[in-house]
Amino acid sequence: MEQALVDITLILDSTVRLAVPLILACLAGLYSERAGIVDIGLEGKLLAGAFAAAAMSAVTGSAWLGLLAGIGAALLFSGIHGLASINFKGNQTISGVALNFLAAGLTTFLGQSWFHRGGYTPQLSGDQRFNPITLPFANELREVPILGQIYWELISGHNIITYVAFIAVPVTAWVLFRTRFGLRLRAVGENPKAIDTAGISVTLLRYQALIITAVLVGIGGAYLSIAQSAGFNNNMSAGRGYIALAALIFAKWRPGPALLVCLMFGFLDAFQFRIQGQSFPLIGEVPVQAIQALPYILTVILLAGFIGRAVAPKASGIPYTKER
Amino acid sequence: MTALPRWADVILLPVLNVVLAFLVGGLIVLAVGQNPIEAVGIMLYGAFGYGSGFGYTLYYTTDFIFAGLAVSLAYHAGLFNIGPEGQAYVGGLGVILIGLALNGTHWAIVFPLMIVCGALFGAAWAFIPGYLQAKRGSHVVITTILFNFIAASMMGYIISRILKPAGVNSDESAPLEAITRVPQLRSFIELFRNSPVNLTFFLAIAALIFVYWLIWRTKFGYAVRALGNNPVAANYAGISNQKMIMIVMALAGAFAAMVAVNNVGGVQGRLILNFVNGAGFVGIAVAFMGRGHPVGVGLSALLFGILYQGGQELAFQMPGITREMIVTIQALVILFTGAMGDMLRGPLGRIFTQPDPVAGGK
Amino acid sequence: MTSLNPENAQRPEGAAAAPLAIELIGINKHFGPVHANRDIHLAVRRGTVHGIVGENGAGKSTLMSILYGFYTADSGEIRVNGAPQTITDSRHALALGIGMVHQHFMLVDNFTVLENVVLGAEDSALLRPTLNKARDQLKALARDYGLEVDPDAIIENLSVGQQQRVEILKALYRGAETLILDEPTGVLTPAEADHLFRILGKLREEGKTIILITHKLREIMAITDEVSVMRQGAMVQTLKTAETSPEQLAELMVGRRVLLRVEKGPANPGDVLLDVENLIVTDDFKVPRVKNISFQVRAGEIVGIAGVAGNGQSELLESIAGMRDQLGGTIRVNGRPLSLAGDDGAARARLAGLAHVPEDRLRMGLVTNFAAWENAILGYQDKYGDGPGLDIAKARDIAGEYMKKFDVRPANLDLKTSNFSGGNQQKIVLAREMERDPDVLIVGQPTRGVDIGAIEFIHNQIIKMRDAGKAILLVSVELDEIRSLADRILVMFDGHIVGEADPASADETELGLLMTGSHPDRAVTEPGTLPAHETPAQQTMVQMSPKDNSGRETN
Repeated sequence: MEQALVDITLILDSTVRLAVPLILACLAGLYSERAGIVDIGLEGKLLAGAFAAAAMSAVTGSAWLGLLAGIGAALLFSGIHGLASINFKGNQTISGVALNFLAAGLTTFLGQSWFHRGGYTPQLSGDQRFNPITLPFANELREVPILGQIYWELISGHNIITYVAFIAVPVTAWVLFRTRFGLRLRAVGENPKAIDTAGISVTLLRYQALIITAVLVGIGGAYLSIAQSAGFNNNMSAGRGYIALAALIFAKWRPGPALLVCLMFGFLDAFQFRIQGQSFPLIGEVPVQAIQALPYILTVILLAGFIGRAVAPKASGIPYTKER
Repeated sequence: MTALPRWADVILLPVLNVVLAFLVGGLIVLAVGQNPIEAVGIMLYGAFGYGSGFGYTLYYTTDFIFAGLAVSLAYHAGLFNIGPEGQAYVGGLGVILIGLALNGTHWAIVFPLMIVCGALFGAAWAFIPGYLQAKRGSHVVITTILFNFIAASMMGYIISRILKPAGVNSDESAPLEAITRVPQLRSFIELFRNSPVNLTFFLAIAALIFVYWLIWRTKFGYAVRALGNNPVAANYAGISNQKMIMIVMALAGAFAAMVAVNNVGGVQGRLILNFVNGAGFVGIAVAFMGRGHPVGVGLSALLFGILYQGGQELAFQMPGITREMIVTIQALVILFTGAMGDMLRGPLGRIFTQPDPVAGGK
Repeated sequence: MTSLNPENAQRPEGAAAAPLAIELIGINKHFGPVHANRDIHLAVRRGTVHGIVGENGAGKSTLMSILYGFYTADSGEIRVNGAPQTITDSRHALALGIGMVHQHFMLVDNFTVLENVVLGAEDSALLRPTLNKARDQLKALARDYGLEVDPDAIIENLSVGQQQRVEILKALYRGAETLILDEPTGVLTPAEADHLFRILGKLREEGKTIILITHKLREIMAITDEVSVMRQGAMVQTLKTAETSPEQLAELMVGRRVLLRVEKGPANPGDVLLDVENLIVTDDFKVPRVKNISFQVRAGEIVGIAGVAGNGQSELLESIAGMRDQLGGTIRVNGRPLSLAGDDGAARARLAGLAHVPEDRLRMGLVTNFAAWENAILGYQDKYGDGPGLDIAKARDIAGEYMKKFDVRPANLDLKTSNFSGGNQQKIVLAREMERDPDVLIVGQPTRGVDIGAIEFIHNQIIKMRDAGKAILLVSVELDEIRSLADRILVMFDGHIVGEADPASADETELGLLMTGSHPDRAVTEPGTLPAHETPAQQTMVQMSPKDNSGRETN
C-alpha cells in the first residue's frame, strides 16, 4: 500500500515533468491557431529554442540568458513563419514544415560548428540550469503522511519553468475570454474580415499572436535543454511539437482541456518508462512502442470523428487577402 | 495575382527561388566562417568527381524521385502528403516479407514481386489517411504526420520483436541472399565501383514518365487536377472526390514504398531500423522545387542527390560543416519554393509589365 | 463622361436647406487595368435616404468601400459634414460617424451578438465593462429603432434578417450618423425587407443619413429621397426620387432602352422528360431545404422556378443534377429514375441525358485554373478517348467549335479560364452544356454577373434549346428573367412549391405574395416569419469558397 502510493506519486511527478514542454508548446500553438495561423512548425521552434537556450547558457553561464536566447530563437522562427504566411500569403503548412527542417538542420550544424561535439552542447551545471525550487514548508511537511508527501514530491521541487507552464494555462484562458485582445484574437481566427472592417489590422494581430507563440514555445524549448536536461542533444524535441499539436486538436483549441490532454500524454510517457520490460498478468508484456504510439493513435481516432469532433478555427490556414 | 509570361512563370520564378534558397544557405555557411564556394566545389566533386561518388548520387536521386512523386501526386489532387517517410518505412515490410519468403530465388522473379508487394504495403498505409480524409473529413496533413510516428513505433516493434533473428544484436531482419537482392549497377558497369545504385534507378525514371502520362495525358489525371483545383467543380463534373482522394493517396504511398525497394531490396538486403532516414521528407522539398512536374521532380531529386552525396564528401573535407547543412538547405528550398513561392512574383511582374505601359492606361 | 457636379446640379428645392452629410468630389479608383470609379461626384444630404443604383460591376460597392475606408481612392476628395477628410481605414471612417452594413455580413459566427457588437470598439483592455455598457445600449437602440435581437444569442443561430440587424447595431453602437447599406435585401425575405425599411425609416426620422446601394428599383422608389445612378464606374446622374420613374432609372442604368421581353413563339410541350416526385433534399448541414416537391418538365417548354434566394432552389437544382443526397423522392430523366448513391451522381445524371448550367460558375461550373479547352470538356471528360488516355486533340477541336459558335472572346484555347470576363466564362459553360445535345437542361442564374450584351445572347440560346424540343428548368432570382423566358412559373418558398403561374397573365403582386409565403390562399407558414432553417451558415459556405475567387467579376 505504502509502496503503491510512492509509485503513483513518482509516476505523477514524472508526468508533470514530461508534460511541461507539451503544455507550453500546446498553449503556444493555441495562440497562433486561434489567430488563424496553423503552426506545424511548433516542433522546429521547440528545437530551436532548446538549442539556443543551451548554447547561450553554456557560453554565458546564465540560465536566464539561456532562456532569453531560447525565446529569441523561437521569435526568429515565428518571424519567418509570419513573413511567409502573413506577408507573402504563402501556405502555412508548408512554411511550418520548412521551419521544422530548418531547426533540425541548423541546430546540429551550428552546434557542430560552435562546440565541435557532434551536435551536442557542453554539459551544463549549477547556474547554467534552472534547478528545482523547494516550496515553503515542503521540507517540514515531508514526513506528514500522504498529503505532505504529495506536497513535497509532486508540488514542490520543480524548476521555475514548470510553475510558469502551469500558471500559463489559467492566464491564457483569462486572456482569451476576458480581454479585448482575446476577443480580437478569437475573431481574427474565425473571420478576419470582421476584424478588418472593424478597422483593426489583421496583420498586426496575427503577428502579436505569433510573438506570444514564440515566447511560450521558446520557454518550452529552454525547459528541454536547460531545466529538464543538462544540455542540448540532436533532435531533442523528439516529436513533442507534434504531440503538442495533437493535444491542441484533442483539446479543441481550449486552454483548460489542453492542460488535461498534455498531462494525459505526459502520463502515457511516464507510464511507458515505468512499465518497460515488466510483464502483466493476462496481457503479458506491453510493448513500449504501443504506448509511444498511443497519443498519435488517439488523435487519429479523434480526428476521424469517432470520439467527438474537433472543429478548428474557421479561418485557420487561410492567408487573409482583401477581396476586390 | 500578377500575370507573368509563361516561361517566366514556369522556369524563371522557380529557378530564382532555388537560387535564393542556396544564397541564404551560402550566407549561413559564411556566417560560421567557412567558404561556401569551396564547399560547393567539394560537393560537386563528391557527387560527380569519381565513379562511386556518382553512383551514390544516383542512389540518393532514386530515393528522392520516388518520395518527390509521392508528394507531387497527392498535391495535384490538393492533398499535402507529409507521410512518405512512414509510407516508405511500411513499404519496407512488404519488400522484406516477399524477399524472405522467396529467399534464394533469382532476383529477376523477386524484383517485380518486391515492387508489387512493397507498393501494396505502402499504398495500404497511405490509404488510411486518404480514407479518413475522404469519408471522415480528417485532414491528411495532420494524419500523415501522425502516421509517420505510428509507423515508426509499429515498425520498431515488428523489426526488434518479430523480424530480428535470434543471436543478432542490432535491430534488423534476417538478410536476403545475394541472388535475391536487386542487382547493383556496379555488377554491369565498372564505373560505379562500390556504390549502391541499383536497377531501381531505372524504375524511378520509368515512374517519372508514367506520372507525366498519368497526370497530363489521361482522364484520371484530368480528374485529379480538377479535384486539386476546385473540388466543387470536380463533383459537378461527376468525379467521385472521395474515391479519387483514396486512390491518389494509395498511389502516393505506393510510390513512396519504392524507396524501400531501392534500400531494402537493392542496398541493405535486410530491413534495418529507421532505414528511410529522412528520404521521405526530402520528397517534400523535391516536390515543391519541381513544382509537381515530373521533369522538375527529376531535376530537383538529382540536385538533392548531389547535395546528399556531396554533403558526405563535405563532412570529410571540411570538418566545420556537417551533413546537416543539407537539411538546412532542404528547409530553405521548401521555404522559398513552397511557402514563399510567390514572393518574387510581384517584383517580377513589375519588371515584365514596365515596358508595356498600355496595359495600365485609361 | 458627363459627371455630375454636386455644387450646381439639380438640387431638389425642398431639401435644399438640409446640409450635406457626405460629399465625394472627383473620386478615382483603379484595380490593375480596371478603372472601377471614374471621377465620381456625389452629395448626400443629412437626414435623407440616398439610393445608389447601378448594374453589377458599376462601381457602387467600390465607391462605398472608399467612403468607408476599406480602400483608398487613387485621387479625389471626401468631405464629411463639410470638412475635407482623408479616410485611412475603417476605424477612421467610424470615428467620423460613417458605418457600413456589408452585403456579406462581417460577423464572427461563433460569437454572441454582444461580442460582435463590441468587437473593435472595446473601451478598455478588459471586456466586462464594455459588455455591460453595450448591453444597456443595445436595449436602448432596440427600443428606439425596433432593432430587437437577443444580445446573448450566438450569431450562427440567428436568421439572416436578425444578423443584418446586428450589423446595423454594430454601426449604431459605434455612433454612426451615416449608414451605408450594400444590397441589404439580397438575402432577405420580403417580410424581412419590409422590417428593414421600417427600421431605416425610423433612423431617418432620428436624423441619421442612409446610403442605400441596390439594383432593385422598387426599393429605390419605396424609400429613398434622392437617387444616384452609376454606370461602368461613372456617376451618371442624381435625381430626386419623387421626380423620376423606374423606367427612367433603368434606362440610365444600362444606357439604353432595355428589352424586358424576349422574342419567342408559343411553347409546344411534348413528352415529360424531367419528372420530379416527392423530392426531399437536405443541405450540407442536414437541414431539409427541399420539402416534398413534385413537378414535371415537358419537352419543348421552359419551366421557371421563381423565389427569393435561399428558399431551396439551389438544393433543388443540385439535387436534380445528381450532386446532393436525397432524403426521399424520385427524379426521372427520360422516364428512368436517377440513382444517386455515392458522390458521383452528376456523372450518372449526365449519362441519363441531363445537362446542368450551375448557379455559380466560378464555384462549381469551371476550374478557373484550367485552360479554356479543359473547361470545355468538364463533366464530359470520359467521352474523350476510349481507354484511360484523354484524347486531347479531339477535346481541343470541340472546344474550338464551342468558342466559335458561342462567340467566346478571346478565342484562345489555352488561355486560363480566370482570365476571361464573366460573360465569356458563362458562354463556355453554356456551350459545353448545350452542345452535347441533352434532353433536359437545368439552368441556374444564367445571367448572373454577365454583361448586358451577353444576356441577350444567352436568353436567345435558351429559347433555341426549347424550340429544339428540350425540357428546360430555369432557376433565377431575377423575376423579370423568369417572366420573360419561362412558359410556366413555379413559385418556391421555404422548400415548397407554393403556386404555379402563367407568365403572360401573372400579376406581379400575386407572384410577390407567393414568393414570400404570404399569399392569403396558400400561406405555408405564418406570414412574415422566416423559414425555420434560414440560417446564415449555408450562405457563408457558399460565399467563402477559398479557391476561385481570383477571377470573380473582373473585367
